[in-house]
Amino acid sequence: MTVTTDPPKESFRLGMLIYDTRYRAMTIQVVAMFGFMLLLGWLVSNTIRNLDALGKGIDFGFLWEPAGYDINQHLIEYNSQMPHIRAAAIGLMNTLLVAFMGCVLATILGVVIGVLRLSRNWLVAKLMTVYVEGFRNVPVLLWIVFFMAILIETLPAPRDFRSGEATMFLGDMVAFTNRGFYIPEPKFTAGLGDVSVFNGAFAVSLDLIAFLLTLGAGILIARLVKLRADRIQEATGDRPTTWYLELGFVFLPAIVLLWVLGFYLEPPALKGFNFKGGIHMRNSLIALWLALSFYTAAFIAEIVRGGILAVPKGQTEASYALGLRPNLTMRLVILPQALRVIIPPLISNYLNLTKNSSLAIAVGYMDITGTLGGITLNQTGRELECILLLMLCYLTISLLISAVMNWYNSHVKLVER
Amino acid sequence: MKKHLLLGALAVAGLAAGAASGATLDDVKARGKLKCGVTTGLVGFAAPDANGNWAGFDVSYCRALAAAVLGDQNAIEFVPTTGKTRFTALASGEVDVLARNTTWTFSRDVDLKFEFVGINYYDGQGFMVPKSLGVSSAKELDGATVCIQTGTTTELNLADFFRSNNMDYEPVPIETNAEAQQQFLAGACDVYTTDASGLAATRATFENPGDYVILPEIISKEPLGPLVRHGDQEWGDIARWTLNALISAEELGITSANIDELAKGTNNPEINRILGTEGDLGGMFRLDKQWAYRAIKAGGNYGELFEKHIGESTPVGLARGLNAQWKDGGLLYSPPFR
Repeated sequence: MTVTTDPPKESFRLGMLIYDTRYRAMTIQVVAMFGFMLLLGWLVSNTIRNLDALGKGIDFGFLWEPAGYDINQHLIEYNSQMPHIRAAAIGLMNTLLVAFMGCVLATILGVVIGVLRLSRNWLVAKLMTVYVEGFRNVPVLLWIVFFMAILIETLPAPRDFRSGEATMFLGDMVAFTNRGFYIPEPKFTAGLGDVSVFNGAFAVSLDLIAFLLTLGAGILIARLVKLRADRIQEATGDRPTTWYLELGFVFLPAIVLLWVLGFYLEPPALKGFNFKGGIHMRNSLIALWLALSFYTAAFIAEIVRGGILAVPKGQTEASYALGLRPNLTMRLVILPQALRVIIPPLISNYLNLTKNSSLAIAVGYMDITGTLGGITLNQTGRELECILLLMLCYLTISLLISAVMNWYNSHVKLVER
Repeated sequence: MKKHLLLGALAVAGLAAGAASGATLDDVKARGKLKCGVTTGLVGFAAPDANGNWAGFDVSYCRALAAAVLGDQNAIEFVPTTGKTRFTALASGEVDVLARNTTWTFSRDVDLKFEFVGINYYDGQGFMVPKSLGVSSAKELDGATVCIQTGTTTELNLADFFRSNNMDYEPVPIETNAEAQQQFLAGACDVYTTDASGLAATRATFENPGDYVILPEIISKEPLGPLVRHGDQEWGDIARWTLNALISAEELGITSANIDELAKGTNNPEINRILGTEGDLGGMFRLDKQWAYRAIKAGGNYGELFEKHIGESTPVGLARGLNAQWKDGGLLYSPPFR
């Protein structure tokens, strides 16, 4: 009979938390975490205690008091008797508007400039280099102020249009003034009217919805036509000519709808101090939009250039060998592969653009920093509440942009097996 | 994200910690410097001159206060604040006193937890337009584009004025007086509105002041005065009575020219109490007997300061109007020094 002796079973001792390497790392992390929470707790309690000492407890009730101030650019109904929260919502919409417009223009400009920077044409490539270095090496605040100054100082005042010193463009449809651009507004003589949503929180134009639905349906049918053409081509080798069908399906129903609704363009007209009618694009919006777009475009251009250079040269050569022309090579071979490299840094530039839009107050554009974080904060004196809400807003916007772009990224990225 | 929260909390805690500290007088004495919040630049009230020295009506009040507390009218750090940043600057302890054409209102006094120590200028909101516009009354401004400094009471008055008159307008919010000036001169707005004194001061800096008119309507009461944080009564008293000393000095005929003569003793007991030759008023708030003497000596009495910085002989050219002594039909009335 053999006696096997088990090694003595090691029981857990407290000292092992420090001396045993298996547990030590865990101990350090727990202690660090504890310390961090303590610091955080101290900061929060200190803040609350001091605010209490000042007699200013945290209270969000002010959001439902009348705001008392007017906002020039409001996408939904607003007047000074509406509550602060409504003013904050107006500001949020203005932020989203300029961020969206900025991201679109910055992407278009950035891609074009990034591709042109790789051009074989020496002059074009160098000009684009100058653009990129110029814009990204000057703070965006200066660009915003610069664009605003140009708009204010170079364009004529509305009263110059009366005296004939300045004239409107495109058959008296468009006016460029130092208060912004006035463009015609689409109107309907037999419109469907508006429908109010969320207990009348804001109104949505039924005409716009009808138009978008018709256009969407048209595009869908055009796609079906194209798919059918693809099928016929694969089966028989002959592709039926469908471009006039596609064009017809996309545009004809929309045009018929516009005609039925009595669509017309209402031009701006000079009345009193200002132009009335039409759509007023304020110079604060234009300056901010252009400055943010041009600035961010410089970064996007570099990302696009890097993305294209990341695609091996062999791909281009292979594409040429197959007989594709440079144009098609770029569109069908290089860009789809470059996108995988481009999109992640692109996301962060969209986020930057959105956050940079908080400089809007420099030109008096009423974004959420200007309303909630500016006038509301100042008139109510609720600094902490306003800033916390403001941070929450930007955080939400940024996370939403990230989520959408990450979804798109996972959509286009290389599927590896 | 955690990092952002932490930094935010740190900033807030810093802000609150600064605000909670108690005796401002001790802080100022220990620092040897008074931190005074002023405008970013409004000629006549507070603006740096060619040599970078701050001068103006509001600045003079700060100099008087520094002279009273520290004995040196130049021991001041001027902190330029915008309409938007001023209250945060004061609440956070970044400045000890705010002398920046700030309107005394209920909510600022009560809800924002500040203490207005008096009124150094009785003002009202007005409108300035180019003469070429041909407007003679604010009631004709329907549809106009109005430049306005953001974060001020003028913003709210403007909304009320246009609403109660059923008129329409386009507000152009602007951060500082200088930017407003640029937009107004370029014609990007038809009207510039702020306190009438501010309009006069701004117009004084124009190339052709004569091309612009200030409309007759005054649409609000704007009592402007210095303010301190609520809760430190002693510091509030010092700030209040320094202002009252300047006003009383004018009433009693104490000027920077004759103050040394009067400080030797007079047969007017109130002058003696102010200048410290009789009783010890300064000791009641832990200053010496000479505090008011130094405050008045720094730049002169209220009337002298008014004439020097914003009076009719200056480019700003404001008449005394409501800001005359009560004996002359104005509203200035200092409680007695007793």
